[in-house]
Amino acid sequence: MNLLDIQTLSLSIGETPILRDVSLAIAPGEVVAVTGESGSGKSMTALAVMQLLPSAAKASGKIILDGHDLLALDEATLCTLRGDLAGMVFQEPMTALNPVQSIGAQVAETVGLHRPDLDPLSHAREVLDRVGLTTIPLSRYPHELSGGQRQRVVIAIAIACGPKLLIADEPTTALDVTTQAQILALLKQLATEDGMGLLMITHDLAVVAQMSDRIAVMRHGEVVEAGDTHTLLGAPQHPYTQALLAASTHRVDLPNQVQDMPLLQVQNVVRDYTLPRSKLFVPAGTLRAVDHVSFDIKRGERVGLVGESGCGKSTLTRAILGLEPVQGGSITLNGTPVSDPSVRRRMQVVFQDPYGSFNPRHRVARLISEPFHLLDTPPQDRNARIADALTDVGLSPDDAHKYPHQFSGGQRQRLAIARALIIRPELVIFDEAVSALDVSVRAQILDLIAKLCGQYALTYLFISHDLSVVHTITDRVLVMQSGKIVEQGETETVFNQATHTYTQTLIDAAPKLPTTGGERTLA
Amino acid sequence: MLRYTVKRLLSLIISLAIASLLIFAVIEIAPGDPASFMLGINAAEDTLAALRTELGLDQPKWQRYLSWVGGMMQGDFGTSYQYRTEVADMIADRLWVSVPLALYALALSTLIAFPAGIYAASRRGKAADLGVMGATQVGIAIPNFWFAMMLVLIFAIHLRWFSAGGFAGWDKGVWAAMKSLTLPAIALALPQAAILARVMRSSLLDILDEDFMRTARAKGLSRGAALRHHGLRNAMIPVLTILGLQFSFLLAGGIIIEQVFYLPGLGRLIFQSISARDLIVVESVTMLLVFAVIVVNFLVDLAYAAVDPRLRART
Amino acid sequence: MSRSLILGGLLSALMVIAALVSFVWTPFDHTALNIPEKLQAPNSTHWFGTDHFGRDMFSMIMVGARTSIAVACVAVGIGVGLGVPLGLWAAARQGSWLDEVIMRGNDLIFAFPSLVIAILITAVFGAGAINAIIAIGIFNIPVFARVTRGAALPLWTREFILAARVAGKRGARISVEHILPNIANLLIVQATIQFSLGILAEAALSYVGLGAQPPTPSWGRMLADAQTLVSIAPHMALVPGFAIILTVMGLNVLGDGLRDALDPKLRVSRA
Repeated sequence: MNLLDIQTLSLSIGETPILRDVSLAIAPGEVVAVTGESGSGKSMTALAVMQLLPSAAKASGKIILDGHDLLALDEATLCTLRGDLAGMVFQEPMTALNPVQSIGAQVAETVGLHRPDLDPLSHAREVLDRVGLTTIPLSRYPHELSGGQRQRVVIAIAIACGPKLLIADEPTTALDVTTQAQILALLKQLATEDGMGLLMITHDLAVVAQMSDRIAVMRHGEVVEAGDTHTLLGAPQHPYTQALLAASTHRVDLPNQVQDMPLLQVQNVVRDYTLPRSKLFVPAGTLRAVDHVSFDIKRGERVGLVGESGCGKSTLTRAILGLEPVQGGSITLNGTPVSDPSVRRRMQVVFQDPYGSFNPRHRVARLISEPFHLLDTPPQDRNARIADALTDVGLSPDDAHKYPHQFSGGQRQRLAIARALIIRPELVIFDEAVSALDVSVRAQILDLIAKLCGQYALTYLFISHDLSVVHTITDRVLVMQSGKIVEQGETETVFNQATHTYTQTLIDAAPKLPTTGGERTLA
Repeated sequence: MLRYTVKRLLSLIISLAIASLLIFAVIEIAPGDPASFMLGINAAEDTLAALRTELGLDQPKWQRYLSWVGGMMQGDFGTSYQYRTEVADMIADRLWVSVPLALYALALSTLIAFPAGIYAASRRGKAADLGVMGATQVGIAIPNFWFAMMLVLIFAIHLRWFSAGGFAGWDKGVWAAMKSLTLPAIALALPQAAILARVMRSSLLDILDEDFMRTARAKGLSRGAALRHHGLRNAMIPVLTILGLQFSFLLAGGIIIEQVFYLPGLGRLIFQSISARDLIVVESVTMLLVFAVIVVNFLVDLAYAAVDPRLRART
Repeated sequence: MSRSLILGGLLSALMVIAALVSFVWTPFDHTALNIPEKLQAPNSTHWFGTDHFGRDMFSMIMVGARTSIAVACVAVGIGVGLGVPLGLWAAARQGSWLDEVIMRGNDLIFAFPSLVIAILITAVFGAGAINAIIAIGIFNIPVFARVTRGAALPLWTREFILAARVAGKRGARISVEHILPNIANLLIVQATIQFSLGILAEAALSYVGLGAQPPTPSWGRMLADAQTLVSIAPHMALVPGFAIILTVMGLNVLGDGLRDALDPKLRVSRA
């Protein structure tokens, strides 16, 4: 008998249909992954199993969990099942824990609710030990822990009462790649040891391939294809699955255009932050965010910068853009320091968040022409150049009169590229520019960047935590750890024969899709 | 935690110093010579000079400021120009009316607002929520002194449950004293309770949307239990801010309400002193009110740290 | 248009119209004494009754609206005019000594509730409408400074502000061009709230004799006149009381309606 049996589940919120005829089953001890792009309804499926849907949601069909017909149960009964029969792990460990309660109390609360026979605190200790937090006292508060540690606490809460089903909704999306590998290993280990069913929601096909026994691919609230992981990824039947798989392993061709002439020179750069004083009358400490970093970018060269969160890559980016002072070293573009205003017009940036990077109250024409402010005299052919910029990034000149909220995330990222290129900068900085995008949109934007490389001989610095993207879109790569560049070299060389152990760790930790047919692996 | 407290304490002292300077400066600008005011217009010049020396008015300004501040620290608020009595004694008598009134009102306001706000938040969008919110909308709009007049009209004049004004005095027993403060306290408390209830509700509703509330529900807590165990303490942070602000409003509002009920509190004292141009009393009472507000804000800051462990760690 | 927007708008408009019409027409001369007709309850001649001097209360309410609007308007103007630039400035220099000075200065003003400021000013310069305006206005400055800074700070970390900085724009220009339009909604809502609080504060100050002086009519002083007569002529307290309550409620409901009407647009653009 199946542990979880979802039969023709349909769901709507108000008039909007969210799920249509979703059927899914999980046997005890089985790992089932639900994957798809944003808006596919995969998270709603998970919330439906927990019956934690928004109050306006209406569901039909059947969800049978361990013999309980969940849609037919009243709220009081559901409360006794949640946390006991099924536990859930969420995406955002930074906000999933109550900030004003100690982690011990939060784990113990679950125990107290469902296992009155156990001593809550000593059981909480055992569970936290099990998820690898042996050295962390129960009295710690969430803000004192790292993201990975917090996610372990969330997992501890979910498994504290030994549930038969564990649901994990994008459990590693907010985490760094090495932390992701540890959390995934922990989830798999817990599922195996306890014989739990594991329902894993993720957008990342590589994670799916590594974790799951079976997968279901969702789009627009429907399951388009489901089956054994190995078979399905090896020979996808549905065109959407094929497209998704192709986009996940998407490679672009970059024209070779590197000239042997340094454009950006970063020499011995140091950036210190003053920390708040930990004790009264003790001098304030400093945090060295960037530690004697040196590298060059040649004209026409595409350089990647990879590293995990907190490694200093954002600080370095801002220093290059002249937005942050540095305490040592020099950053020059064509020999002129970047602090000089005349350099500003020769450098532009594309940010990560397609929603936050535009003033919502301005029209596209005004938004993408903002860099004209840097020119001494505004160009005569302003409107023509706006139209050109929009055409270059695959949008229509008519879009100039629209507001940013009328565009999708991918289109907004095209607008951001148009804004960066409108004054023909010599250097473009892509700061996690494709990280917030769905995999198919990401593939399109990468293609666009490759096309523009051919058109304008772009020189850029591409900052990303995603190794597979950096692998395809750059000529050379820098690896950053704790403020230092630990390795740099030709992208292919670094990815195939990393010399620094940290680089090797990063590459090994990144989940990989299985090699299929003639396609190459990611790393 | 120690660092946080010390930092707050420093900020408290600086605020007090600047506030006292401001008040002193404003009173200094005031036209008129207290000595001639006390002795009348026909006083002889040498008598005036003697009195000025006695009051210390002939000393340089900075010296008078220091002796004023230094005196207040030792509980010496100077001598009233009008009554020739110690200001400290006059204030002490009045405090026994004003402080209990403010605390009584604060207690009433909290007792009404917390349950109302929590109840409305737990019934978001339902009839009960709309009812509570409608009532608070009216409550906010009512001037407390008008409400006080209406209470007198209904409960003192028509129903005769309370006296229309005056203060029984603590020597008549706690019950009698509290009874004469009850109508004033209700008049002060209800409009404030309306504000507090709205803040309580909206800050709870903000918390309800937080991720950790979903974690709490996934544990198996019911909606209400999640609200009580995880929502309330987080929601208290903005509520504390409002409570601190309300204390200063209650002290100031008390000044007006005392006028309606003829209560012998600080408010009566300050208005009598203004019309008598007894500026030293005005100066000292104002400083006392500001002192109370600043100290309450300091206590609110400490309460934040007690509620929120992140504050204890950060600073 | 939501119901609260219509209801609040109507009530607020009613008061503004009453104040404007009073310049050209009132049923009676609001200063004319008519002792024989004193303390009349509302009737067909005197719609809101008469006071202890036989003055027509309806006319007094109309003219009193002028005082309330004028005081509240100027006081909000002071708050917006000084508080918003200070808040923008503090946000643009977040964490600097300037930010610290501005915010600590705000805290200091909060320690002087408007009534205490009014008492100080009155003690020195005497009572009057101008002093009431200053007292209420000073207290509005930190309110607007805090709201502005609080709303501006999260905007400063948004990427469109970084993009503007990359485009070489300076703090002051970014504040005016990018920050201000995005917090205007919030400021409009706050202004309606402060406006209603201003009306309440003016009434309280006039009630204790620190506000508008005779013969300038004011709702607060009408209530002060009513206090000793409330048992024999309750309408003297009820009429100005309801005028204040309805106006303040109207403004608050209007503020809520504006918040709902203006806010979702920002959310849609993020969705």
